[in-house]
Amino acid sequence: MSLAMPEPDTATIERRDEIVAQLKRIAGDEAVIADADGRRAFETDGLTAYRAMPLAVVLPTTTEEVADVLRYCHQNKLKVVARGAGTSLCGGALPLEDAIVVGVSRMNKVLELDYNNRIARVETGITNLAISKVVEEEGFFYAPDPSSQLACTLAGNLAMNSGGAHCLKYGVTTNNVLGMKVVLMDGEILELGGAALDAEGYDLLGLMIGSEGQFGIVTEATVRIIKAAEGARPMLIGFSSSEAAGACVSAIIASGIIPVAIEFMDRPAIEVCESFAKAGYPMDAEALLIVEVEGGEEEINDLLTRISEIAEPFNPTTIQISSGASQSAKIWKGRKSAFGAIGRISEYYCMDGTIPLSQLPLVLQRIGEICASHQLRVANIFHAGDGNLHPLILYDANDPDSAERAELAGAEILTLCVEVGGCLTGEHGVGIEKRDLMMTQFTESELALQMRIKTIFDPDWLLNPGKVFPLHLAPQGLANQA
Amino acid sequence: MSDILRAATAWELQSMLHPYIERQQPVEIAGSGSKSKIGRPMQTAATISTSSMHGIWMYEPTELVMSAHGGTPLAQIEAELASNNQMLAFEPIDLGPTSGGRRGTLTIGSVFACNSSGSRRIMVGAARDHLLGLEAVSGGAELFRAGGRVMKNVTGYDLCRTLAGSWGTLAVLTEVTFKVLPAPEKTATLIYLGLPDDIGNELLCAAMRLPYEVSGTVHLPKNVAARLETAVLAEQGQSVTALRIENFEKSVDYRTNALRNALKVYGDPIILGSTNSLEFWNELRRLSVMPYSEDTCLWRISTAPVMGPKVVAAIQRHMAAEVFYDWSGGLIWVEVPASADAGASDIRRAVAVNGGYATLIRADSSVRAAVEVFQPQVPLAERLMRGLKQTFDPYRLLNPGRMYANL
Repeated sequence: MSLAMPEPDTATIERRDEIVAQLKRIAGDEAVIADADGRRAFETDGLTAYRAMPLAVVLPTTTEEVADVLRYCHQNKLKVVARGAGTSLCGGALPLEDAIVVGVSRMNKVLELDYNNRIARVETGITNLAISKVVEEEGFFYAPDPSSQLACTLAGNLAMNSGGAHCLKYGVTTNNVLGMKVVLMDGEILELGGAALDAEGYDLLGLMIGSEGQFGIVTEATVRIIKAAEGARPMLIGFSSSEAAGACVSAIIASGIIPVAIEFMDRPAIEVCESFAKAGYPMDAEALLIVEVEGGEEEINDLLTRISEIAEPFNPTTIQISSGASQSAKIWKGRKSAFGAIGRISEYYCMDGTIPLSQLPLVLQRIGEICASHQLRVANIFHAGDGNLHPLILYDANDPDSAERAELAGAEILTLCVEVGGCLTGEHGVGIEKRDLMMTQFTESELALQMRIKTIFDPDWLLNPGKVFPLHLAPQGLANQA
Repeated sequence: MSDILRAATAWELQSMLHPYIERQQPVEIAGSGSKSKIGRPMQTAATISTSSMHGIWMYEPTELVMSAHGGTPLAQIEAELASNNQMLAFEPIDLGPTSGGRRGTLTIGSVFACNSSGSRRIMVGAARDHLLGLEAVSGGAELFRAGGRVMKNVTGYDLCRTLAGSWGTLAVLTEVTFKVLPAPEKTATLIYLGLPDDIGNELLCAAMRLPYEVSGTVHLPKNVAARLETAVLAEQGQSVTALRIENFEKSVDYRTNALRNALKVYGDPIILGSTNSLEFWNELRRLSVMPYSEDTCLWRISTAPVMGPKVVAAIQRHMAAEVFYDWSGGLIWVEVPASADAGASDIRRAVAVNGGYATLIRADSSVRAAVEVFQPQVPLAERLMRGLKQTFDPYRLLNPGRMYANL
């Protein structure tokens, strides 16, 4: 794999024993993982092609411990990589050999549930799904639902501003967070927002979300919880072309209906998911939409009937409304297990570009051509309502050349997304994966502006270095020179 | 009066800034100037207005996105959206009339620069939640873009949110790209009469715990309800607690009934149909019940919804205050008698005890110079905000001191 990381600082690595001893003194023996086997569990994240053994791993249990660890690292100019569950698909949690991994996974308590104010205050090591689980009995849920929601932590969701399939209606992470407690690199603890909406002053909360662990480590958050609709039901609509499917999505939105989700799958994605989940997906379709609506029983029937009528002119090959809860669950299981299902047949590289909906047919055609030119297969999954495209490029992990070609094809696809008016990443983040492509979306002076903002929060560039910005632009040396 | 310079393009705006950079002279940034009396008074050498930078240059109804130049009148944008049965879902509020400015003149740039959201904010999010992308000129006269035209975008840091609500103190918005949504087919409002503040607040919070997507939750105590222009409500002589339902006709009918049944314990509501509903919610968008007056000052307080009545009670122990609750009790407009400090010390204490933020929206300029207008920040947040100011506006040229003395 071709992405370089900053050269590790050998002097720091030589001080490892002393650093580990100090970390144990600060956070306790229990919290520090220093042996090779223990550290190996942290050497990569969801972008498994890249690995690096961290200097040490600390798993604190309180905000104050996080603050003490960061203060020590700051005083000793040690790099820090924050980590939730390590599910990042862009290498956002990839360690460095001269960095301390600070994981929040042991901080997973629910601190407060307040249904009248519709908020939950939690520690950020809690998993995304666990938040919804704990408010479920009152009929509430936490809206952002990334595919990895069973495993991924809120901390990682905050760092990457994660989305999910239901964002069309409920928004992404940043639209669902009201407050946080964050530890800055120098160990200072900052509380932002809370139960009230729209704090005054510059929106530091909004700036913190999506900052990819480069501004601070968020240990607590106040998130919005929403009363779930009375019911929800998906329908499947198959088409003989992706053009027809894209046009149908436009027509649904033009009619004034905002479904809670509109998911698009192309033929390769349909085949793999169906063979895995037996969801009842139509095997004769070139493109499939899963459209879900919410409300009372009659409202759902009304909306699904309207959508069926809207779809008619696009000559659907299948229109199938879910018959009930078990079929609905199967339909979503097929979609949500897409990554796992494809992972069973091949290694794949999951892309995350965003495009204007109108460009979908062109983009899918070009993706097909790009992958063919690299002798690779591709399956496409698309959050059609919000333009977020996930091409899954299949490659052979045992063949370095194939992996290299997958990376090249991925870069060409993301560049294409930017060219048609979209962006490099919709919900996964930049990490290391898209770092070197940032110049396709931003000018050098725009990147310089963003890097100056990073410097406000972390003047020595110790937090999650080597990510987000092309190495040649970012002052990575700062940490080593200091 | 200082000069008003009107830039027609971002490039022209950059050129206009250069002499002020050279002379280190601050400038006021304005759209139509409808909010010029909000914030701390400033000493500036000139006003730079975006009002000549207008026009909608991209609108894709099926992608729910529109782009416009910063000085485009909001009225033009809303008319264009309405012609496609769409809307700005966050329902921007017009602070012009209540603060002594003109009504209905605000520009789209200022809507985002001031993060102006109305009643529907409780369900769909704030102005800043709808800002997808922007082009802006920094205080260093640098042109930059952030975000994009797509709804999901995590490429780089979120500068759109940073600039939304910065009141022109970081950069001038020359273009904004924002999310739009379908307008509802039908609107209904459930009106409960005569509830005291605490019970009205309880009703609003109870409604938000139901699965019917209530998109407006306000409570107007008797004195304030009497000021309504919607005659059918003003004539009642009682407090008004209102819930709004918007959707397709069938859904509105179903949900109105479901809400009425679920909230039976609070009485039998009057139901307003679409026409009266639109009149009622539209007048709230321009704060008709908090009219401009030199004899009173106006505060905007944001708190946890259930704390609304407690904050008000704490303020009313010290002064006569007329209030209007929005956002299920989480947003309170508080009108107090004019005084040397506009009641700041008591109001800030009430907010400190109960949680939240208070902003002085209307007061004489001498008062706005003497007290903090925006919620004071803790030292660490203040330091980070100063860092942002330094980054975007290194010469402290743009609206210096409008939000905070040192920004």
